[in-house]
Amino acid sequence: MAKILAVDDSASMRQMVSFTLKAAGHTVMDAEDGHQALNIAKTQSFDLVLTDVNMPIMDGLTLTKELRTLADYRFTPILILTTEAGKDKKQEGRAAGATGWLVKPFNPDQLLATIKKVLD
Amino acid sequence: MSEIQQVNETLELITSIDDGSEQYLSFFLGEEEYGVEILRVQEIKGWAQVTHIPNSPPYLCGVLNLRGTIVPIVDLRLRFDMPKKQYTATTVVVVLKVEGVTQRTVGIVVDSVSDAHNVVPEEIKATPDFGSNVSTEFISGLVTLEDNNMMMILNIDRLLSVEALG
Amino acid sequence: MSIDISQFHDVFFEESFEGLDAMEAGLLDLNVGAVDLETINTIFRAAHSIKGGAGTFGFIPVSEFTHVMEAILDEMRNGEREVSTLSINLLLESVDVLREMLTAVQQKTATDDGRIADTRQKLEAMKADEFEEPELVKVQVEAVTESKDLGWKINFNPHQHLLQTGNDPVRMLRELGSLGELTTEVNDSKLPPFSDFEPEDSYLSWTLTLLGDIPKEEVDEIFEWVDEDCDLTIESIKAPVKGPTRVEIMVAALDKHDVVSVEFTPEPESEPEFSTTESVVDETPVVAVDIEETQSIEATLPVEKTTTKSKIATPAASSIRVSTDKVDSLINLVSELVITQSMLSQIGEHFTPKMLPQLIDGLAQLERNSREMQEGILRIRMLPISFAFNRFPRLVHDMSDKTGKKVELKLTGEQTELDKSVMEKIGDPLVHLVRNSLDHGIEMPEVRLAAGKAETGLLQLKSYHQGGNIIIEIHDDGAGLNEDKILAKAIEKGLVDASDELSPEKIHDLIFLPGFSTAEELTDISGRGVGMDVVRKNIDSLGGSVEVVSNRGEGSVFTIRLPLTLAIIDGQTIRVAGENYIIPLVSIIETLEIKTSEIKLVSGKGELYPLRDEYVPIIRLYDVFNLDPHITDLEEGLLVIVEGEGQRVGLFIDDLLGQQQVVIKSLETNYRKVKGVSGATILGDGTVALILDVPGLMALYRDPSLALFVNHNRAA
Repeated sequence: MAKILAVDDSASMRQMVSFTLKAAGHTVMDAEDGHQALNIAKTQSFDLVLTDVNMPIMDGLTLTKELRTLADYRFTPILILTTEAGKDKKQEGRAAGATGWLVKPFNPDQLLATIKKVLD
Repeated sequence: MSEIQQVNETLELITSIDDGSEQYLSFFLGEEEYGVEILRVQEIKGWAQVTHIPNSPPYLCGVLNLRGTIVPIVDLRLRFDMPKKQYTATTVVVVLKVEGVTQRTVGIVVDSVSDAHNVVPEEIKATPDFGSNVSTEFISGLVTLEDNNMMMILNIDRLLSVEALG
Repeated sequence: MSIDISQFHDVFFEESFEGLDAMEAGLLDLNVGAVDLETINTIFRAAHSIKGGAGTFGFIPVSEFTHVMEAILDEMRNGEREVSTLSINLLLESVDVLREMLTAVQQKTATDDGRIADTRQKLEAMKADEFEEPELVKVQVEAVTESKDLGWKINFNPHQHLLQTGNDPVRMLRELGSLGELTTEVNDSKLPPFSDFEPEDSYLSWTLTLLGDIPKEEVDEIFEWVDEDCDLTIESIKAPVKGPTRVEIMVAALDKHDVVSVEFTPEPESEPEFSTTESVVDETPVVAVDIEETQSIEATLPVEKTTTKSKIATPAASSIRVSTDKVDSLINLVSELVITQSMLSQIGEHFTPKMLPQLIDGLAQLERNSREMQEGILRIRMLPISFAFNRFPRLVHDMSDKTGKKVELKLTGEQTELDKSVMEKIGDPLVHLVRNSLDHGIEMPEVRLAAGKAETGLLQLKSYHQGGNIIIEIHDDGAGLNEDKILAKAIEKGLVDASDELSPEKIHDLIFLPGFSTAEELTDISGRGVGMDVVRKNIDSLGGSVEVVSNRGEGSVFTIRLPLTLAIIDGQTIRVAGENYIIPLVSIIETLEIKTSEIKLVSGKGELYPLRDEYVPIIRLYDVFNLDPHITDLEEGLLVIVEGEGQRVGLFIDDLLGQQQVVIKSLETNYRKVKGVSGATILGDGTVALILDVPGLMALYRDPSLALFVNHNRAA
């Protein structure tokens, strides 16, 4: 199905997201922080990027901005996983170029429903 | 090597007998026959390369690796001030369990291993000071064997004590 | 599909406990004067992760508690809140509470709700201090009611750059279509001529009719990501037959927000408005909590606590983190074992007496494989002692606070490895000894100043390997043991006779006698009156020993010696006089080729080599070991500069061979201590190599009589 890059500094979150997406038939790669994710993204192409916001080394918003400067990723759906439902956080995400967001905590079904919206 | 196999087999048989007698394993140093309690014999092996320990007595050949444990090897001839014999493929090392503050494993180099003997306590005679190679403090008794040879029973705890080893 | 996410709980707990440790370490590190931004961020992220994970996995109380901590930390990292000793201490306390909460959830036991509520209140009060007026956010809440809508009329006009966020109107239309019956009418009036067409821009707009009993939320959701990037109107096609009741509206609101006050604007047709706030003021917020979740708190019964109010020990981890190279080497060993086994079985199949030598070789190889595997497996259980040392920064910090003493803690040798089970058992004795040093050793600042010492006392924990042992030293530069008091107490307790003459060392040792601890020591600070005798007993039961050396007015050193099930060091193999020895790599500074002309001969002191700013004595290894040398000319061999006990010497050797990791085997078990030798190891070929002990060599060099037996007629 789709090739997805999941980025989160929490191992349990990465595991849950990976497992859920793989069970739905997608191919998943993961990364612990924005820097690692960027390197992976540069060497492979993904149909969707899911990223946490608060991470060490490079956070999710910076990752989003960086990805948008890459030719391959100008229109790739990028969803940020955020615990903050406030308006300004969403604005920040959008300003960075994110396609949309998913609010934590979410369960596997919510995750799958949301990514369905951005996959062709 | 077959000698060792034989003796190890005998060891197995002997240790299952229970009639109030003690079993001893005898071995030779030159013409003299010595004995040690079989229950103290852990195993018998052929000679193997030892590692020398600096500043140790001449009768301490060195240490070797026995299945992962470091075991000191004592040349009994040198211990008894007898002339040393070259080590060959038929040289035998008797590995013993020595008691002291803790139990230790020590090997002794002997000329050859003889047999396992059943000895009733009454047969063990006291040791007179008879001017042998061995200081009598290391001999706990004498036994006359079936072939009229005399076996000197060694007190290995004293012979191979920590102090004795250097 | 239903995925059971409880399978990820263990990982969540593990990473959360680690996160709490990171938070604690970070909080202890924070300097009130100069706050390190990276440290604050690390602490924040840890709290953030725990909160997020707890929410995801359904541990709501944990999530909520952490939320308040996170809020305070967020303010700190934004510079909106000052980092004060008060706030650090409160956060440290909160970390403790959180640890207890997580442990309780993990083990499915009761929590100390009183303490949780207490701490939470303090956190919220702290948060509120800087709070001006709660920012009331007015939120429109859609009540979930029976909708009698027939459908929706939607005007969707994406702005030109909508595509650049990765959103795609086609997908949105697809999603809409999945909700109900969708008719689309596209408006292409803005479409430029083909030559001016920018494929990355959006020029189309749509008028959409969506029929069906569809809640507005679902329609909104489809556009929620792009509401700024388009012009959007959504009108219902038929007015609702029945408006939502106030109760229904409130229930809907409670479902989503922390509601503080409710206002119904007197317009029955339009949706009522609510005031909500994102943060808490005075009233406990109304939050919808599933009934199931509350069952994790069996609140009211007081939990019987036999321990004092100390940190609840994290349950002995039933898992071990193992570095992948340890696992890799085990895998290699298994493959070697397989090879050996197939070789042996081949021999067995076609055995003739002629093959005996090969059989013997094979068996030797088997012995090596099994031994190495055993060592490899034991290595997995070896962990650095930092795990045991890690609790001390916090402990020292707390005790300094409580007692008013100033103490600096220094840790050395945290990477020294020891067996996991030994480490678990040494924890309590260590804590007792450290507490003892802080309580009775280090003096109050005024006392120290009066004695001409620095105001801040120094507590050092050192660990290193020595032979087949691990040594742990606890140094304090405090008052030292008071021999008079100890002697008096011992006599009073009938432990010694008044007439006995005891050396200072013997008097010091008295503290380890059973029955020595008195009521004085049963303070909260020194612990539960455990006593030094229990410490010694515990250490003895591990096969180790504990001793104290003390100087009145200067301080004390407690030395714990523990046998290692496995000690591994990096070794450098050297050759001297035809024999191989191993020097611990950690002792080696450098290796040199030297010229005879550089040497200084000093009568009575021997040969010295000038090394930078000092003269280093040359120890001819064959000499101290009384070996027949192969090389005696200094220019033909090598000089290995080594360090031991703070001093440097040069060891003269024939040659350097390889470097490898070696397992230290005890020489003393069956033989005895040898001066200059710290242990032995078994090489790959099954032979034994001796490991050199640099301090011992130095002692031998200075005093050759220490060689217990000098064998001049060494038989080859």
